[in-house]
Amino acid sequence: MTGIKPVTDKPKIPAIELKNVVFYYRRGGWQLSLPELSLPPGQHLFIKGASGSGKTTLLNLLAGIISPRQGEIKLNGEPFSSVSAAKRDTLRARHIGVVFQQLNLISYLSVLDNVLLSAHFAGSNKQTSEQRARVLLQRLGLEPELFEQQAAALSVGQQQRVAIARALLTEPALLIADEPTSALDADNRDSFMQILLEQANACGTTVIFVSHDPGLRRYFDKQLDMQHLAQGVKSC
Amino acid sequence: MLIKLARQSLWNRRSTAIMTLFSLTISLVLLFGIDHLRKEARQSFTSTISGTDLIVGARSGQLNLLLYSVFRIGNATANVNWATYQRISKHPQISWTIPLALGDSHRGYRVLGTNNDYFVHYRYANQQSLRFSEGQAFEGVYETVLGAEVASKLGYQLGDEITLAHGVGAVSFSEHKDKPFTVTGILAATGTPLDQTVHVSLEGIEAIHIDWQQGAPMPGRKLSAEQALQQDLTPKAITAFMVGLESRMATFVVQRQINEFKGEALSAILPGVALAELWQMLSMVENLLLLITLLVLVAGLVGMMTTLLASMKERQREMAVLRAVGAHPWYLFVLIQLEVLLLTVLALLAAAITLVVTLWGLQDTLASHYGLFITINPFSLQSLYWAATVLMVSALLACIPAFTAYRRALNDGLAIRL
Repeated sequence: MTGIKPVTDKPKIPAIELKNVVFYYRRGGWQLSLPELSLPPGQHLFIKGASGSGKTTLLNLLAGIISPRQGEIKLNGEPFSSVSAAKRDTLRARHIGVVFQQLNLISYLSVLDNVLLSAHFAGSNKQTSEQRARVLLQRLGLEPELFEQQAAALSVGQQQRVAIARALLTEPALLIADEPTSALDADNRDSFMQILLEQANACGTTVIFVSHDPGLRRYFDKQLDMQHLAQGVKSC
Repeated sequence: MLIKLARQSLWNRRSTAIMTLFSLTISLVLLFGIDHLRKEARQSFTSTISGTDLIVGARSGQLNLLLYSVFRIGNATANVNWATYQRISKHPQISWTIPLALGDSHRGYRVLGTNNDYFVHYRYANQQSLRFSEGQAFEGVYETVLGAEVASKLGYQLGDEITLAHGVGAVSFSEHKDKPFTVTGILAATGTPLDQTVHVSLEGIEAIHIDWQQGAPMPGRKLSAEQALQQDLTPKAITAFMVGLESRMATFVVQRQINEFKGEALSAILPGVALAELWQMLSMVENLLLLITLLVLVAGLVGMMTTLLASMKERQREMAVLRAVGAHPWYLFVLIQLEVLLLTVLALLAAAITLVVTLWGLQDTLASHYGLFITINPFSLQSLYWAATVLMVSALLACIPAFTAYRRALNDGLAIRL
């Protein structure tokens, strides 16, 4: 059908789309190229890569911290890499959640305030955000009495869950997870993966998960290997 | 949220933050305290004498005349003849005069011979006249009125007898022991050299020297206190005298007339002008003190920046997290600036409180021991300028760590550097 696109067709707009993306720090040196990547909402991607394979560079590109030298990245069908840095920061606040390897939280803020940070930068309503944060934290298995505690008082596994809650609070289109399980033991790792994907699915969020652990591959429908992207001399 | 972040982040590093606050507070207390003392000292200095239009003494430089007549520092080079004084005081433009005879002392405190006009016409500070805290002015020859400090330091009360010593040293070997003076009055504290003065009548000065010649007792001629009273006690000379005019318009005319007085070489000075000249000499020291204080302040501020800069390393994590949740690099810049501002404002407040409390606690001690009258309120419009300058300088210096945060935010991105 070539008629007018129905509004319900929205899910077909990819959460993130990369076209002919090339990035390098120095011309002629190490470079990262990604000719084509498109993820529809809800579809998760596993990126396999060891440290030093340009993983951080790719994450910075996806999060909009840096812009590609060539090509374009679109977020929710909107131009992302071509807009100003300040605009990218705002878009990141609204549409992208990030979970790091560890130490995701600001240690001196309370658990709840840590989660609400993303709402603050996204400019969402404070009250509804707080309600949602409480619900989300509980769904992630954190007891309400922990909410007012300092983040530093929590165990690593709990901290990583709080990080998920923060990343998903604004119902972002994209969640970037950078080896979030590396500091967890095997049991915690599996429950973490389950809870992460479960909540991401509930929000309709696309997860891009970077890890060198092939054991986590099975949770994802799609896989990308850093080795195919990086060319030339390794940066470090 | 920004303020909450700045506040809690500082609280998280409270041990270093408190030390920084402490050092900054000390330097601010120094700055405001010294600035205040400087102003008060000038105030108290220039308020030593007021209402007097001219001071007349034997010809000398105006500073010398001012120093010995008002501040009781140094000595006169020559005296003024009693007859000359009498003639000049009859000048139609002159409303009143106060004769001053110096040269004796009592246990290190200068003795001033004068008459009752002194207690009537002398003004200090803002045209304040002298007040007796106890007793009254002297009437008899062997009566004395003490300055507040003399009485309190030496523990004298009304009715006590004191002996005067020849010369102005603290220890004198030639005392006028035979002619003691009775304390009839004690002046209220003024915060001027007057507090350190023993006042007697001109006749008293004359009486104790009546059997003296060339600064030493005349051998073979000794008059008792009662015998001296029978003599003519009209003084032969005085050291200097203060003049109040009918109209201030006449100041320069009268000054010139006195300076050109034929009978004797005299100098008439304007106390205000002489005080200003003296203060200018002293202000060198004052400015040096202020400079040192400013350097202490700069050291305090630089110390704060060093601590902040050092903390930037441990805070990289914090910055990366904020970046990840969508903070613009400028946000981090502002965050650091805000912390510095918070510290500085807290230090300013702490300094203000410390200073007021200290002054309040020390006020009595300063007044009674040093004759320094310090007002408790150390704040003026100028201290607001100081505070604003301090805030601006700290904001300027804060650009260093703040810009470090900004640059790292751009370069490091989401990189994990532990």
